Amino acid sequence: MGVEGIGASVLRKEDRRFITGRGRYVDDMTVPGMKYAAFVRSPHAHARIKGIDAAAAKAMPGVIDVLEGSQLKADGIGNLICGWAVNSKDGSPMKMGAWPALAFETVRHVGQAVAVVVADTKAQARDAAEAVEIDYEVLPAVVEGPAALQDGAPQLHPEAPGNLVFDWEIGDAKATEEAFGRAAHVTKLDIVNNRLVPNPMEPRAALGVYDPAEEHYTVWTTSQNPHVARLVMSAFYNVAPEHKLRVIAPDVGGGFGSKIYIYPEEIVCLWASRKTGVPVKWTSDRTEAFLTDAHGRDHTTHVEAAFDADNKIIGMKVDTVANLGAYMSLFSSATPTYLYATLLSGQYDIPAIYANVKAVYTNTVPVDAYRGAGRPEATYVVERTMETAARELGVSPAELRRKNFIRSFPHQTPVIMCYDAGDFEASLDAGMKAADVSGFEGRRAEAQSRGKLRGLGMSCYIEACGIAPSKAVGSLGAGVGLWESAEVRVNPVGTIEILTGSHSHGQGHETTFAQLVSERFGLPVDNVQVIHGDTDKVQFGMGTYGSRSGAVGMSAIVKALDKVEAKAKKIAAHLLEAAEGDIVIENGEVKVAGTDRKLGWHEVALNAYTGHKLPDGMEPGLKEGAFYDPQNFTFPAGCYICEVEVDPDTGKTEIVQFVAADDFGRVINPLIVHGQVHGGLAQGIGQALLEGTRYDESGQLITASYMDYAMPRAWDLPMFTVSTTETLSPSNPLGMKGCGEAGAIGSPPAVINAITDAIGNNDLTMPATPEKVWRAIHAA
Amino acid sequence: MTDVSMTVNGRQVTGSVEDRTLLVQFLRDNLGLTGTHVGCDTSQCGACVVHLDGQAVKSCTLLAVQASGSSVTTIEGLAPSATELHPMQAAFRENHGLQCGYCTPGMIMTAVDMVARHGADLDEKTVRDELDGNICRCTGYHNIVKAILSVAQSMQGSGEGQRIAAE
Repeated sequence: MGVEGIGASVLRKEDRRFITGRGRYVDDMTVPGMKYAAFVRSPHAHARIKGIDAAAAKAMPGVIDVLEGSQLKADGIGNLICGWAVNSKDGSPMKMGAWPALAFETVRHVGQAVAVVVADTKAQARDAAEAVEIDYEVLPAVVEGPAALQDGAPQLHPEAPGNLVFDWEIGDAKATEEAFGRAAHVTKLDIVNNRLVPNPMEPRAALGVYDPAEEHYTVWTTSQNPHVARLVMSAFYNVAPEHKLRVIAPDVGGGFGSKIYIYPEEIVCLWASRKTGVPVKWTSDRTEAFLTDAHGRDHTTHVEAAFDADNKIIGMKVDTVANLGAYMSLFSSATPTYLYATLLSGQYDIPAIYANVKAVYTNTVPVDAYRGAGRPEATYVVERTMETAARELGVSPAELRRKNFIRSFPHQTPVIMCYDAGDFEASLDAGMKAADVSGFEGRRAEAQSRGKLRGLGMSCYIEACGIAPSKAVGSLGAGVGLWESAEVRVNPVGTIEILTGSHSHGQGHETTFAQLVSERFGLPVDNVQVIHGDTDKVQFGMGTYGSRSGAVGMSAIVKALDKVEAKAKKIAAHLLEAAEGDIVIENGEVKVAGTDRKLGWHEVALNAYTGHKLPDGMEPGLKEGAFYDPQNFTFPAGCYICEVEVDPDTGKTEIVQFVAADDFGRVINPLIVHGQVHGGLAQGIGQALLEGTRYDESGQLITASYMDYAMPRAWDLPMFTVSTTETLSPSNPLGMKGCGEAGAIGSPPAVINAITDAIGNNDLTMPATPEKVWRAIHAA
Repeated sequence: MTDVSMTVNGRQVTGSVEDRTLLVQFLRDNLGLTGTHVGCDTSQCGACVVHLDGQAVKSCTLLAVQASGSSVTTIEGLAPSATELHPMQAAFRENHGLQCGYCTPGMIMTAVDMVARHGADLDEKTVRDELDGNICRCTGYHNIVKAILSVAQSMQGSGEGQRIAAE
């Protein structure tokens, strides 16, 4: 490796602008004549709209117009859709209810947009939004997933009787029942995976600009995937033709999944710009974010695991109700099915698995993929079950896991996935060593002498990343392919631009992607510019989510670099009068191996563009593109160990140590990879200890600000002990697996396993607040 | 509308604002200093922290008129020159104390104030306690804490403390 190549902890190129206040986020953008939008939102969880009176609002100072859903519909703007078709077990298609960008007949969750005010200033727009009179007929609401399935529950969509979106299954029910029939022990658990609000620190925003002269639209938006946004807005929502719509996602302040989706607000800003003739900007405030950003998780699950007399797990059955909220968000159907139940085998050789997932509508904010997306829910089910089983069987949790690990690869699970590589024991050993598990009982006794309850919990997770092989996901109902694209442009002076369909919103792509060039040609990363996030600059690409930008995005860059290298070698061979096979490129020089004959990289580049001395028939230029479609998913896995100390008087949990031992395959930049793990752990620990999304019975979100929703603060978290082992993925050229979500996937069960170990009561739900822990201690 | 006048990053500025205009809105909308961010509506997240007469304050919790007559330093004015970084800015980069960058300006302004008050005595617990008013969703705070401690430790007997404190 070079000093800036693969494996080097290169400091981030993008940092300088962020630490000096020169980042450019959507709300920082201004264009001439720009005006401001404020949305009128439903205060009710479920109501019929009987009338909208905007006369008073329209007369207020600075107001340009007030627009309603009926106008949106009349202009042919389409309903929001879910882009992944999942069928019920009886073969019937999922039941998708209509979701207009501005509601005009019925509202189905608090915060749903009903009208929009455009005014000269932000304050005027908000003042006028409060003056729009809407006559609602309030309807009964339902907020909990299982309650929505009950007879007599309020009905949300005429398209979905009984609020049932789909009733889906995976695995072999008969084989699983047979396994349970011969079980020596069955472990049963009821699990709630709590609803979370993603909360990237930058609220969503959109600036829509319509140019009537060119009939052209531009939108700056907080998106993780601007090309997907353009495709969906043109092909499905009829906002603008694709070649007349430019989508720019500049610096984006975190996403965690919530900025994958195309929301009503960016559609309305573009449409409103055309209607009013002025550029229209909207920026979410934090409470709007709580009320409209897609939420995550919200599963209610019953799991049973069957063990034989030798403590080998022989079967698992899972019954889950997934609360999708009031509407089907873009990938909401895939998250609780193909991203969830396909990981229920965990790291274990389980011969028979059956899972049933019922997805339901409720009067809550739509739920979709949030950091981990289905895999945290699966890991929580599997790892709570394994820990519980170990306690019931009276064996060590580590040894029960070790006994059941998959040890040969490839391994076909009973739930679609074929694990291509892994070494689960290596992660377990690394984690246990780092956490000094053998010294734990001594620490527990010492804590007891201080009146504290100390506990240790672990979690051995596996997840599926590198999404995804397009043919595979197409056969499972995906509406898009999940390849990635790259273009590598060598400039005449030898500097390099990488145009990528991936999008960086904190992941450090501008550095990591440049390291591939440094590795390949020995050029400094400062000679490389990574360009992303603008549909006018970058070729079509699929964006960043599901930890895919390494395994898929960088694989596309590798393919393009292969082509650039091959052409550069041909040019150099011609110039140096050498055989192509003798040319090597290193340290920014192009050499004939074993001789002192060489050219500077910039000389080869310049010659490509002057065309003065190219081989006969060769096109000038040095620029290559590639599309990379993965061969398989990748399977990051690892072992997380959490040690807690609980104060029995207050129920307060302190995390005294957290160890993460991950196998991400090839690591390009350890500094950045460790940072991704830290952030994921914080979100997972936040889920386990702090973050609870609460609705009251009428459907009001009562945790809709940072005063009510407990975001992890610095003092909630310890310093983390992070390390990686490296089993290369055979499924992509760099052997990468992906690191963006693991922390959030693996950590919640480790925390809850640790607390339940400390307090001696396994009956504890997330978030394990001091009150819940105190009650559990006293119920035990 | 009310006239306001203050020194921002060493430059005298004036403006006419609605009485309800927050300092952060004045900085961002009137002066175009968009490095100071807004991440919540309730004075919790700290993305908007600036220095007012040398002290860290949340600019979403002050009216612009309240800051009239004061001296304000924002993230854009923290570095000694266009080519140099403040030690705290450098430490955030060297320790990978930022990812998406949105909370970063507020974090750095809070951190500078923290180190100015505690100097080399700053310990991990104090850093974590004092970051109560700054939320980061990306980093898990691990590298932010390391960055702040590294600046505090570098002050030991170096005279650096005076420079940071005087800022």
